[in-house]
Amino acid sequence: MKDGALLQVENLTKAFPLGRSLADALRGRPQRALQALGGVSLSVNRGETLGVVGESGCGKSTLARCLVRLYEPDCGAVRFEGKDVLGLTGEARRSYHRRVQMVFQDPYASLNPRLSVGDALAEALTVHRIVEPSATRDRVGALLDLVHLPRDAADRYPHEFSGGQRQRVGIARALAVEPSVIIADEPVSALDVSVQAQVVNLFLELQDRLGLSLVFITHDLRLVRHVSHRLAVMYLGKVVETGDTEAVFTAPRHPYTRALIAAVPQVDPHQRSTREAVRGELPSPIAPPPGCPFHPRCPIAEPRCRTEVPALDRRHGGWPVACHLAGAPST
Amino acid sequence: MTERPQPILEVRDLRVRFATSRGEVRAVDGVNLALAPGDTLGLVGESGSGKSVTLRAILRLLRSNATTTGEARWRGQDLLAMPEKRLRALRGREIAMIFQEPMSALNPVIPIGVQIAESLQAHTALDAAGRRRRAIELLDLVGIPSAAQRLAGYPHEFSGGMRQRAMIAIALAAEPKLLLADEPTTALDVTIQDQILKLLLRLSRELGMAMVLVTHDLGVVAETCERVSVMYAGRVVETGPVDRVFTAPGHAYTDALLRSMPHGGVARAPLRPIPGLPPRLDRPLQGCPFTPRCAYAEGRCGAEAPPFAPVAPGQEAACWASDRLARREVPA
Ligand SMILES: Nc1ncnc2c1ncn2[C@@H]1O[C@H](COP(=O)(O)OP(=O)(O)OP(=O)(O)O)[C@@H](O)[C@H]1O
Ligand SMILES: Nc1ncnc2c1ncn2[C@@H]1O[C@H](COP(=O)(O)OP(=O)(O)OP(=O)(O)O)[C@@H](O)[C@H]1O
Ligand code: SF4
Ligand SMILES: [Mg+2]
Ligand SMILES: [Mg+2]
Repeated sequence: MKDGALLQVENLTKAFPLGRSLADALRGRPQRALQALGGVSLSVNRGETLGVVGESGCGKSTLARCLVRLYEPDCGAVRFEGKDVLGLTGEARRSYHRRVQMVFQDPYASLNPRLSVGDALAEALTVHRIVEPSATRDRVGALLDLVHLPRDAADRYPHEFSGGQRQRVGIARALAVEPSVIIADEPVSALDVSVQAQVVNLFLELQDRLGLSLVFITHDLRLVRHVSHRLAVMYLGKVVETGDTEAVFTAPRHPYTRALIAAVPQVDPHQRSTREAVRGELPSPIAPPPGCPFHPRCPIAEPRCRTEVPALDRRHGGWPVACHLAGAPST
Repeated sequence: MTERPQPILEVRDLRVRFATSRGEVRAVDGVNLALAPGDTLGLVGESGSGKSVTLRAILRLLRSNATTTGEARWRGQDLLAMPEKRLRALRGREIAMIFQEPMSALNPVIPIGVQIAESLQAHTALDAAGRRRRAIELLDLVGIPSAAQRLAGYPHEFSGGMRQRAMIAIALAAEPKLLLADEPTTALDVTIQDQILKLLLRLSRELGMAMVLVTHDLGVVAETCERVSVMYAGRVVETGPVDRVFTAPGHAYTDALLRSMPHGGVARAPLRPIPGLPPRLDRPLQGCPFTPRCAYAEGRCGAEAPPFAPVAPGQEAACWASDRLARREVPA
């Protein structure tokens, strides 16, 4: 086990079978599958924020759901404090579920519409016996304060909130049970910059105070640079580069990371459309390209990129990257 | 003010109140908007300021505890007053909406392809084969790979960003004249966001589609919109050309909003949010609603509502401190 690694993921894979049409079945065509995760390895240290970025559909939420065991991965291992998580049962499994919490990408779909927000939070507090029943009300109020919602929000139902308010309810629910790790799937994507700043500051503060570890999934590169110690860049179900956030931003080694960073939108209206985005055919997890998954869109691809899969390794020193042509880190 | 073409959508004094067990909530409190064909208007403002409710009110898609007053004139006809049947014919065809939370708008038990085809069937003359072709084309346009194999997929089998794009495909199916887009790219990474925004801009240029784009991403507004309106506590507090509003804001709230963005400064240093909470909407508001949180507030701010007044050509704001913002002149 790596020094200080609290949560460790090794070679995780997950495929979803695709619906097969009757015609295909009759012609005896094999059942097709969608490879959502193609061998993901990463680790999160105590008190650390790991940022996870990558294109829509590259497998970020699937990874998050495997970590909290909402999906059972096909292969690979997840270890928490050195212990295998995928085999946990009974009390041990319950304890894991308390200590590793998830903030869902879609708060609308993850909140029970028939429970008032106060009842939903109280339920989490009671199930995991976090506070004495008599103290529940106060604790619910304190949780709402934390995410900058008014206390009267406790009496309201999910549909009575705006999108951003609902997202904060989801965060309060994850915080309620005092977890050691929060897997936050786009936790602030629906928030305006000011409330976003409040919530991000809250995460940073809890981290300093309680040593909370965070897996921060986001497509906002400005934000990820701001909050995370380390970064994992995913592409088509794989990690293609991972390292210290500042180092990766300053001198990205993978061509995909370079393209991502170059495409960050500018606030200055005079700087419109001067930037380059990733071009070319979008990759499909139903028919992933052979060789390097990025080769069809890569500006520097060579013949071997089309046939040989680049492994995620340190190549010429520096941090791990999965590109045949990554040189020595240029800093 | 510069000469502007006839608006196709004109929203006047829009107000929405929700009846709740805790009393009445004034979510939208006198909003005015105007759009000409091909216009792109950004609508920004703090979480809970009334952006989504404004869009839903225009198409009368609010829950039954809402009361809406004011006008929303579509080519001269008031959408708020016309018979439900007539409105239903416009909805989805001439005016389409992209909802903030895709799962609230998509039907969880119907495959995505069928949902797109239903929209095409309702609003175009295409036959079944044509609808299937067009559905694939639309998914392809919004950047969903292996589109043909995806038609049979259910919403929960799509990723968050793919659901959002499937909804965009449904909204664009009928080539609407007005698109009300509520956070259409929140779940998307920059490259796909860029592709979607370019698609929307192309439709706006080529088909004269007008668009209201609600987003909290000021970068997206800067990239996409000509004009922007800023909402606070149910009101539009500033409106004007994007390049003016973002470089020389006329309202102290806009100014504070711009300053709370991460600027790629020191890593992991706290960001600078606007202190305090937005006001409760179930109490009457006196004066400027931003007063308790405003660094520029002066005596009259809490008592007297500032008028919505011109601060520069095409730019208006309701703030007593408009002329002090540029000099950062904070009262002692
Ligand atoms: N339950 C499921 N059944 C079938 N396919 C699924 C399921 N969940 C996810 N997928 C597929 O797996 C792939 C990865 O999806 P995932 O939700 O992990 O992406 P993501 O990186 O979170 O994207 P986004 O940024 O859009 O949220 C997608 O192609 C998606 O359609
Ligand atoms: N059905 C309802 N009943 C009571 N209050 C409601 C209802 N729907 C919305 N509200 C309230 O109306 C206000 C405006 O909500 P709206 O959804 O328009 O905000 P928003 O500007 O879109 O915010 P966000 O950026 O978070 O999506 C919020 O304070 C919300 O709590
Ligand atoms: S391995 Fe080849 S195709 Fe893949 S990113 Fe590197 S250069 Fe590009
Ligand atoms: Mg996701
Ligand atoms: Mg909203």
